[in-house]
Amino acid sequence: MTSKAAYRKLKIKTELDNIKKNMRDPFLTIAIIGVFIIVFLFVLYPLIKILKESLYHQNQLSLYHYKEILRLSSTKEILWNTIYLGLIVSVISTIIGFLFAYASAYLKIRSKKMFNAIAILPMISPPFVIALSTILLFGRNGFITRGILGMREANVYGLHGLVLVQTLTFFPVAYLLLVGLLKSIDPSVEEAARDLGASRGEVFKSITLPLMVPGLANAFLLVFIQSIADFSNPMVIGGNYTTLAVQIYLQGIGNYDMGGGTALAIILLMISVTVFMIQKYYVGKKSYITVTGKASRARELIDTPKITKPIYAIALSLSIFVGLMYALVPIGAFIRLWGIDYSFSLNHFRYVFNLGMKPIKDTTFLSLIATPLSGVLAMIIAFLIVRKNFFGKSFMEVTTMLALAIPGTVIGLGYVLSYNTKPLVLTGTAAILIIAFIMRSMPIGIRSGIAALQQIDPSIEEAANVLGASSTKVFTSITIPMIRPAFFSGLVYTFIRSMTLVSTVIFLVSARYNLLTASVMSQIDAGKIGVASAYSTILIFIVAVVVWTMQFIISRLGIDISDIEG
Amino acid sequence: MKSPKKVYLENLNKTFITTGNDKVVAVNNINLKIKPGEFATMLGPSGCGKTTTLRMIAGFEMPTQGKVYIGEENVATKTPDKRDTAMVFQNYALFPHMNVFNNIAYGLKIQKRPKSEIKERVQRILKMMKMEDFSERVPGQMSGGQQQRVSLARALVMEPGVLLFDEPLSNLDAKLRIHMRDEIRKIQQNVGITSIYVTHDQEEAMAMSDKVIIMNAGVIEQEGTPQEIYQRPVNEFVANFIGRANIIDGEIEGISGKDAIVNIHGISYRTKAYKNFQTGQKIRAVIRPEGVIVGKQDFIVKVEKSVFMGQNQEYGVDFFGANLEISENNPTGKTIYRAGEQMGIGFEERALHIL
Repeated sequence: MTSKAAYRKLKIKTELDNIKKNMRDPFLTIAIIGVFIIVFLFVLYPLIKILKESLYHQNQLSLYHYKEILRLSSTKEILWNTIYLGLIVSVISTIIGFLFAYASAYLKIRSKKMFNAIAILPMISPPFVIALSTILLFGRNGFITRGILGMREANVYGLHGLVLVQTLTFFPVAYLLLVGLLKSIDPSVEEAARDLGASRGEVFKSITLPLMVPGLANAFLLVFIQSIADFSNPMVIGGNYTTLAVQIYLQGIGNYDMGGGTALAIILLMISVTVFMIQKYYVGKKSYITVTGKASRARELIDTPKITKPIYAIALSLSIFVGLMYALVPIGAFIRLWGIDYSFSLNHFRYVFNLGMKPIKDTTFLSLIATPLSGVLAMIIAFLIVRKNFFGKSFMEVTTMLALAIPGTVIGLGYVLSYNTKPLVLTGTAAILIIAFIMRSMPIGIRSGIAALQQIDPSIEEAANVLGASSTKVFTSITIPMIRPAFFSGLVYTFIRSMTLVSTVIFLVSARYNLLTASVMSQIDAGKIGVASAYSTILIFIVAVVVWTMQFIISRLGIDISDIEG
Repeated sequence: MKSPKKVYLENLNKTFITTGNDKVVAVNNINLKIKPGEFATMLGPSGCGKTTTLRMIAGFEMPTQGKVYIGEENVATKTPDKRDTAMVFQNYALFPHMNVFNNIAYGLKIQKRPKSEIKERVQRILKMMKMEDFSERVPGQMSGGQQQRVSLARALVMEPGVLLFDEPLSNLDAKLRIHMRDEIRKIQQNVGITSIYVTHDQEEAMAMSDKVIIMNAGVIEQEGTPQEIYQRPVNEFVANFIGRANIIDGEIEGISGKDAIVNIHGISYRTKAYKNFQTGQKIRAVIRPEGVIVGKQDFIVKVEKSVFMGQNQEYGVDFFGANLEISENNPTGKTIYRAGEQMGIGFEERALHIL
């Protein structure tokens, strides 16, 4: 027997043994099968449906829709628009993100906590808040354009507005990634260069920057993926500058051209997934940081005013600007008529409450249902991936991570195609909205769950197992309590994400269930900026209250649990 | 090779202000003279100030007060790149994005040396380290020991006036550590470079150094050759820190020339006095475990612990209410006492060291 055949045989035997071992544990078997069904139904099947729809014309397998859609010069323009916007935003965001990260990791300056808070803001706020405040500042009735500069025909809609809005929204992604990397560079590597005669500038040029190249590439690609997948900002502030994500919606829902819409969706999906794969499997692996190992001592922060002052000034003014952008929306909600009459008024809120509380109640209610489901599911999947061996494990890992790379509009379109006909009719129901919430937030939960589990020695769980606990008991009594922080932060993230989700659910809202984000969109569309601001303010308020309550409960829970343990 | 430089520290002080606004004196007015070409090791428990002192010599920390002379020049306020030092780091600190050749060439490139000279010098050092075949490797492809050799080569190629080592072997396994310390010592002696070495491993310090500097709580407790430190510790801290030590009480019975007669619980011992003592003075003395002789009948003691270690037999006995550690060399063929048994012991002639 050749060694290759022997190897294959051994591998098959191992897999069979794994299956046998897992079969003895009903909880595990059910969990594994359940996760595969969920992944298939709500990640793969919708994508297959889109692909199928795009490849069939009059019941014939053909590339008709692709040819049709690419024949249009507007499609080529849209394609170029999407990529061009992505490139510009990624470059600027990476530069700004690096500046903030460098300030935070290398410089002895004040207000670092504020920089961090500013960086977290876009993640916990609805995606169009910056777009809204940009309109309030620079729109036709903008506070700066009209109020200060006296311009009558200011046009913020288009590429320049989008670049501003997307950069402010996405640079934190780059920042968070880069600050982690910069902090994990072992300072002694730079000290070694200093010791060998390099000046501070030379160290930056020859050591710090080259070490960060993979990280910068990573940040660039991550922002790029987010930029091209972004739906709400181009929708709100893109004007005539249309991007793929928006066009998928317009083509599929607006023009009822599912063939064209799905063809566009496949194109966008391919770009996203390709970039994601490059990021994850090529650039992501090419990190030098892991080589230098753990930082051996804290870094001596640079306190030379020549270096700290200008960087601090830039970071501070940017932070203040971003902070103001967020403050502007609640302010705008209380202004009678922005740009014309700046007096205090409750009119917009009155209008919102007269229109009905339904979207507010629906959004909150559905999000609250999705939150625990997503949290538990994410931890189960993370547990399976890190701790268990089973057939199809790497497939599960890749598909659940890939869900991050699938643009929201694509998956939304997929749900519409998959679940508005028998056997499973879900469109128009609350269920499909809850599923969308879960599927869009789960990948992040899985990621943090995996990270948390990898920190924990498996022998702790094995100890419980040896002492007689079943795997269900081990999971609930040992694993979950140990990864509690990741679990609860997953809950908080899911709730925020569900409350603020736009792209996927825009396809799924109906007369029966309308969502806050969709209401904001339609108000902006109708030019009612004040009402949109009021809606956004209510949304931010609910998110703040619920997150605060959750944290309160968690802290109480923490005390209770430690009491029991003690 | 350039000539090695001396290093003098004068009233060197480093005080940190903590976040709670407390003052922590890491290095407390130390004075130290290291001769050109000398291999000096700073040894002490963690937090004793040895690393801070080394980092002040390298220029990574600015002294709160005091002077750092490298050669004839006070460099206390100069940045690391302006000092004639090169350092070997605990975690190697190789540049992960450069291969071995470029790592070693880095400092010479910064100095803008001609290409041919860089190539020649790097190759010479690679040959000396027996690493010619490694020049294309990147750090990620090498073992810890190999990385540390590159780190040493990178420092040596600069031909610095002073070579600094910050616990360079503590990340290596025990066997490799012994091999590397011999290698470092050999290269240092061949090149004749002034070296300052920081470690918390006393064996390493003893094996490598011309001079050992024992530090504790920011001050120098004692400096001297390894023999001086081991045989004539100036206080209980040094005695306990280097090797194992029994500290016992006694009284000076008389002075005889350079020797003192010490009475230990009724038995008289003669030993060398390194200080002036008066007859009748209460003293404490150090006796190493190997300085206790099993079989002498000066004291009859009860064995509390008896451990066979192969090349020696270790005893712990009750000596007037305190524990006394005994190490009997080459126990093969000798009587082995068990815990609970009585045995007779005495101290070797001149093995007591009066503190």
